[in-house]
Amino acid sequence: MSPDLVADISIFVLSVFVGFEVISKVPATLHTPLMSAANSIHGVVLVGVMVTAAASHSTLGYVLAFIAAAFAAMNVVGGYVVTDRMLKMFRRRPTTDAPTDGREP
Amino acid sequence: MTTILTAGGLLTAVESIVAFCYLIAAAGFVVGLHLMNSPATARRGNQISAGGMVLAVAATLAQVIDSRLITTTGWIVLSLGGLLGAGIGVRSALSVKMTAVPQLVSLFNAVGGGAAALVALGDFVHLTTNSVASIGPRTMVSTMLDVIIGAVTFSGSLIAAGKLQGWVTGNPVVFPGARLLNATLAAVALAGGGYLISGSTSAGVLLVVVFAALALGVLVVLPIGGADMPVVISLLNSLTGTAVAMAGFVIDNTGLIIAGALVGASGAILTKLMADAMNRSIRNIILGGFGTAGNAVVTATGAGGDVRQLTVEDVAIQLVYAAKVIVVPGYGLAAAQAQREVRDLAVLLEEQGVDVSFAIHPVAGRMPGHMNVLLADANVPYTSLKEMDEVNPEFAQADVALVIGANDVINPAARRAGTAVSGMPILDVDHAKNVIVIKRSMGQGYAGIDNELYTDPKTGMFFADAKAGLAAIVAAAKTLIALG
Repeated sequence: MSPDLVADISIFVLSVFVGFEVISKVPATLHTPLMSAANSIHGVVLVGVMVTAAASHSTLGYVLAFIAAAFAAMNVVGGYVVTDRMLKMFRRRPTTDAPTDGREP
Repeated sequence: MTTILTAGGLLTAVESIVAFCYLIAAAGFVVGLHLMNSPATARRGNQISAGGMVLAVAATLAQVIDSRLITTTGWIVLSLGGLLGAGIGVRSALSVKMTAVPQLVSLFNAVGGGAAALVALGDFVHLTTNSVASIGPRTMVSTMLDVIIGAVTFSGSLIAAGKLQGWVTGNPVVFPGARLLNATLAAVALAGGGYLISGSTSAGVLLVVVFAALALGVLVVLPIGGADMPVVISLLNSLTGTAVAMAGFVIDNTGLIIAGALVGASGAILTKLMADAMNRSIRNIILGGFGTAGNAVVTATGAGGDVRQLTVEDVAIQLVYAAKVIVVPGYGLAAAQAQREVRDLAVLLEEQGVDVSFAIHPVAGRMPGHMNVLLADANVPYTSLKEMDEVNPEFAQADVALVIGANDVINPAARRAGTAVSGMPILDVDHAKNVIVIKRSMGQGYAGIDNELYTDPKTGMFFADAKAGLAAIVAAAKTLIALG
């Protein structure tokens, strides 16, 4: 095994544990936004698409890169926007007369 | 991908900067997820996570430019594809109705899984067209895992989204030999993968693996009922994270490995939480439709008792003269899009000095937390939304528990053994002095059993569509207040 692979596996395993710890404390109220937020984070696959697109020099490679780029960009951009739309609603009652005068939440 | 990272030697300046950008981005993802612990900081968390993403993409862009490997066609392909996808993503994210968010998340999850599989396929094509005699087992193992998991989540998430949207039947689709077919497909995918790992570079075998995995994704999700889709989407989300991590192994990219593993782990936890809240085991969901287990159970009560029916005036009087009302919104409210009507009713009652709060069951709506989003969308402040453990002791003090389109999550049968809902945590609606249930019919919930709460003497049924029914109650209450 190369040192690179050992390092990659170590990073993978430790990240899994971080994922368990970070998530297990979230209240049920936020589960749907959270699923959407996690969904946009795996949109980081766009980075991988860029790296493979940079290396492709064949027609088939270009076709695959095009579809992958569209898919990944849709995942990452749409994911963050829809999550933000959901979370924007978790705010204090906007219908009260004085909307933002620092009342207790 | 050794073509970009110079093998063996030290990193160039740009490569070092890129590596640190990935580290900062990864920290942003972790901090962002952590801030989602509380509704007050959740939005900032998502923005920090998005900032990390922008940094990771910008750093990769710099790396691609610096490496000078990309062709002009490559640039065109990448930017056109990226712009197209981003455009569709933003458009659908901004226009989607809040009730349809679960299927959109599933769709985004599908394309994410598809992209992860395509990264590995693209890498395979690149390596084979450069007439490499054999690809090392290290790359091939992660390629195969990425392709299989990515393809399964791609087709599976599309079916899940279709089921929620109503394009694919929400009922479990079961046919004889389905399990054998699934096992065969899985065996074909794994055998093909094994063959390629052992040193073959056959594109035909890879294609067989891809199609077997795609078919498997469809066939695994089809037999699962629509009610279980949230758990399935969460599971597929976790799998996509894993596929992305595998893609990170294929192209040796730590950013992908960290983010993918984070999502894989978080998705698994979330899936477990959801399944627990519905009293379902993940294994049972994957292995069979919901209704199949409940058929054997026949409730002793239910059909025998009489149902007390209320008029809209009865409901209005009970609500207006109550001191404390707890509203229990369920899927029926979401389906009827009656969030705004229930908000109007709550505001009207609060003006009369009634203490109104909302009891949110963990799985109310279509996903855990979905009801909170729907009510927040209708400007119900999240501070009046109470979670199950917090609100359950309060039902004893409530004059009226107003149940809107909820069924299984309030069925007292869950407290006994031997029913389809046994053991599921429920809202103690029956502890309230009076119970009003707004429901379209005496139909059963997705557990497929009768609800004995409906025949309880203190329960009154108001048969109406949630939206129309609530509007009628608001009108009746206003008349009553004007008279009084």
